[in-house]
Amino acid sequence: MLKKKRNIVALSALVLLTIATITANIWLPVSPGFIDAAQRLLPPSGTHWFGTDHFGRDVFALTVVAARVSLTVGFTVAVLATVLGTITGLIAGYYKKADFIIMRIIDGMLAFPSLLLALALVAALGGSVTNIIIALTFSFWPVMTRIVRSAVLQINSIQYIEAAKTSGVSDPVVISKYVLPNVLSPIIVQGTFIFAKAILAEAALSFLGVGVDPSTPTWGNMLQESQIYISMAPWISIFPGLAIVITVLSLNMLGDGLRDAFDPHAKKNKKRKQRFVKTKMAS
Amino acid sequence: MLEVKNLKTYIDTGSGTVKAVDNVSFQIEAGETICIVGESGSGKSVLAHSIMQLNPSPPVFHPEGEILFEGKNLLDLSEKELRRIRGNEISMIFQDPMSSLNPVFRVGDQLIEAIRSHEKVSKKNAKKRALELLTDVGIPDPERRLYDYPHQFSGGMRQRVLIAIALAGRPKVLIADEPTTALDVTIQAQILELMRSIQKKYETAIILITHDLGVVAQIADKVLVMYSGRIVEKGSVSDIFYRSTMPYTWSLLRSLPRIDADASNRLIPIQGQPSNLIDRPKGCHFAPRCPFATEACLEIDPALTKRGEGHWAACILSEEEFSNKKQELEVYAQKGAVK
Amino acid sequence: MSEPLLELKDIKMYFPIKEKVFKKPVNHVKAVNGVSLTVRKGETLGIVGESGCGKSTLARTIVGLLEPTSGDILFEGESILGYNKKQMHELRRDIQMVYQDPYTSLNPRMKAGEIIAAPLKAFKMTSNLNERVYELLDLVGLKREDADKLPHQFSGGQRQRIGIARALALNPKLLILDEPVSALDVSVQAQVINLLEDLQEELGLTYVFIAHDLSVIKHIADKVAVMYLGKVMELSDSDTLYHHSKHPYTNALLSAIPLPDPEKERQRQRIMLKGELPSPANPPSGCIFHTRCPIAQAFCKQHIPVLEEKDGNNPNHQVACFYPQETEAIVNSQ
Repeated sequence: MLKKKRNIVALSALVLLTIATITANIWLPVSPGFIDAAQRLLPPSGTHWFGTDHFGRDVFALTVVAARVSLTVGFTVAVLATVLGTITGLIAGYYKKADFIIMRIIDGMLAFPSLLLALALVAALGGSVTNIIIALTFSFWPVMTRIVRSAVLQINSIQYIEAAKTSGVSDPVVISKYVLPNVLSPIIVQGTFIFAKAILAEAALSFLGVGVDPSTPTWGNMLQESQIYISMAPWISIFPGLAIVITVLSLNMLGDGLRDAFDPHAKKNKKRKQRFVKTKMAS
Repeated sequence: MLEVKNLKTYIDTGSGTVKAVDNVSFQIEAGETICIVGESGSGKSVLAHSIMQLNPSPPVFHPEGEILFEGKNLLDLSEKELRRIRGNEISMIFQDPMSSLNPVFRVGDQLIEAIRSHEKVSKKNAKKRALELLTDVGIPDPERRLYDYPHQFSGGMRQRVLIAIALAGRPKVLIADEPTTALDVTIQAQILELMRSIQKKYETAIILITHDLGVVAQIADKVLVMYSGRIVEKGSVSDIFYRSTMPYTWSLLRSLPRIDADASNRLIPIQGQPSNLIDRPKGCHFAPRCPFATEACLEIDPALTKRGEGHWAACILSEEEFSNKKQELEVYAQKGAVK
Repeated sequence: MSEPLLELKDIKMYFPIKEKVFKKPVNHVKAVNGVSLTVRKGETLGIVGESGCGKSTLARTIVGLLEPTSGDILFEGESILGYNKKQMHELRRDIQMVYQDPYTSLNPRMKAGEIIAAPLKAFKMTSNLNERVYELLDLVGLKREDADKLPHQFSGGQRQRIGIARALALNPKLLILDEPVSALDVSVQAQVINLLEDLQEELGLTYVFIAHDLSVIKHIADKVAVMYLGKVMELSDSDTLYHHSKHPYTNALLSAIPLPDPEKERQRQRIMLKGELPSPANPPSGCIFHTRCPIAQAFCKQHIPVLEEKDGNNPNHQVACFYPQETEAIVNSQ
């Protein structure tokens, strides 16, 4: 996977951002919370790379620090939704009876647009980082369940699963040692995509004003606050926006790269397609 | 009509170059059937694809050597010129009739498209010809079947459709890559019968790739036996089946379960695993599995030598040495069977 | 004659075809349609037929992967269909299966040793686990070092040996072999057949050997059942079946197999079957084979032949055909 340049670029961008935001306190020249009323709405310059906002805060410092919440929310949601979706997906794919019940619930949840569902949940629970994580996990795991379930259904008919069953291997062992390792790749790929989507969703929620407490810097909050200054001081919105774009783009590229790297299916389908193309060529 | 000279097709596997087809030569005349036999990994399929130049590249390198068809070297032709040859002069059918047809188009449309890509005919005439072809390949009720989708056909019927498509351009050479492997024996018998009748009717030269020596015995005029990318024996069908002087061919024939054999006889297997193309032994490639192998075999890589009119084998043993060794082994085996 | 180990009594396995989820099925695929067979201790029953004849479905009902629609399965004289989960688990020790495709029947992410050890672990037979795995590897002709390799590092024949070792791990009494050699290279088929014969002798195993190829079965089976569209057409000791078959379908199958002998092969008269396999959802009326049978009469379209003795001299030879004499006459005339 690392043979491809764009995968390396995507991965390094993410790693760099993560390290930067974790260690921000050590190296940032100005504290992100530092308010300098004399320095309001300054355009990007040598001292303020990304300019300053309406409180005179350094936009660069804010953008870097805001990554903390955005990445934390994205990552936690990705992990939780993946774990939850994998468990339910495995059960639904493996047990026919549970399948019916689980899938009807999932279908019901998928009927709502995921952002709308999250919006409703946050509105009910109140806006805090924890609640946002809960809300987003809840709206993203159904997709994961579906993906895991269909992967399991494909694997289920493969003979080594049958062979394990006839060897007397118990269901939990079959699921954990035979099924799960062989459906791991689509799970990881989908997990990366959820990561990206969760970052976008968090930004969107914050932008709509139902997200994380406005005093905490997040990319969404920054965008929301900067709205009114967009014509006067566009840099306040451009840079957090750019940060979102780069992060999400990197994650999506990484997901694509991962899929190419360990999904034999993509290759198989290609082969199959080639086959009848070949027939056509040969005749 | 078609002559292959010193053909070499190499594949880049990432961990080194594999000689999938290594210095292969043969020729075929109109109305003749040549069978290429070998196990998986013997290079027989790559060879067939090389003639049509249908190998995916990369990882397969452009073949070296010559493929002469009516005096032209196919390896020198441009992709455009090749396209004219494919289907019109030489066409090919594949092993898996399930995935060789495009599932989203009607069979008739695929057939008509094939016909119209070879000659300029009106849609109406193309349809007429499609009906003729389907009748030719023994599809009952062709008028109705034209409008069916591939999934509505059984495996045998699909293979018939593929043969019809392959025949659309009235080819002079038909290459069939394991055309009956995916089919049941009773259907296999029908398809082989069909290929024979088509050959009689159109004087088509057939190159049939198979692993089934029964099929070879049934249909071949000449046989090429391949082992790890090379031809190890070639000759007429009776040369191969009755006068083989190559230990691989001979022991393969001897190891087959047969319905006309005495059931109480134990099978005599070839030892070891089929060679893979990646790490080939020094010396004769079959030596590690050969019942007659000597020290010399592990060193010397035998070339094809003449054993009779049109009969060639790659083994350092002379015919006489070979038959002596054969007898020795036979006596030994009988003792074993008595035990 | 030894006592019966496995008895199948009028097994039927129908799969519903549903057009709408909550509606009643519109039809059934009659994959297995009334099969009765007996396998005695130490013998090998061969089940032969073309794709779609129900032989694999039958195998999967025997090992308990499918529950038959009707009929009964007796193992050592006891009906196993009413078994609860625990009893079924215990039964797995006695009945094991070897699969057709050595490429999909081994978990690609487990080492050979782990694959073979899996059934032992499932039955908590973990004392001397490594020793037992080595013993099994040895039994099937693999090396100890092979235990640490992954499936993709083996050739097809070696993979099938791993599959056999896994099936033998629990010391089963009955082994169901579902086309164990048909996916292998010709040069290794004989090795695996010989291995299976040796194992049977050494361990006193009973085999149900499923194949589409009559020539493979011939070398290993004592008794052969020929299946067509979910029914047994002919059942006989192997010798009689190959030389004095009385069913036109068996004869067609036999004559369709090409002999690796050009002279004999080119002199043979083939019985060509007409047409293709009918759908198992709508099998033909009367004798299910009549649509393709070379000697079918009008009578065959209306009446269903039962599998029964047609030869007074050989009680082991049963045929489901109204015209066994005519079949024999055709065979003899060739």
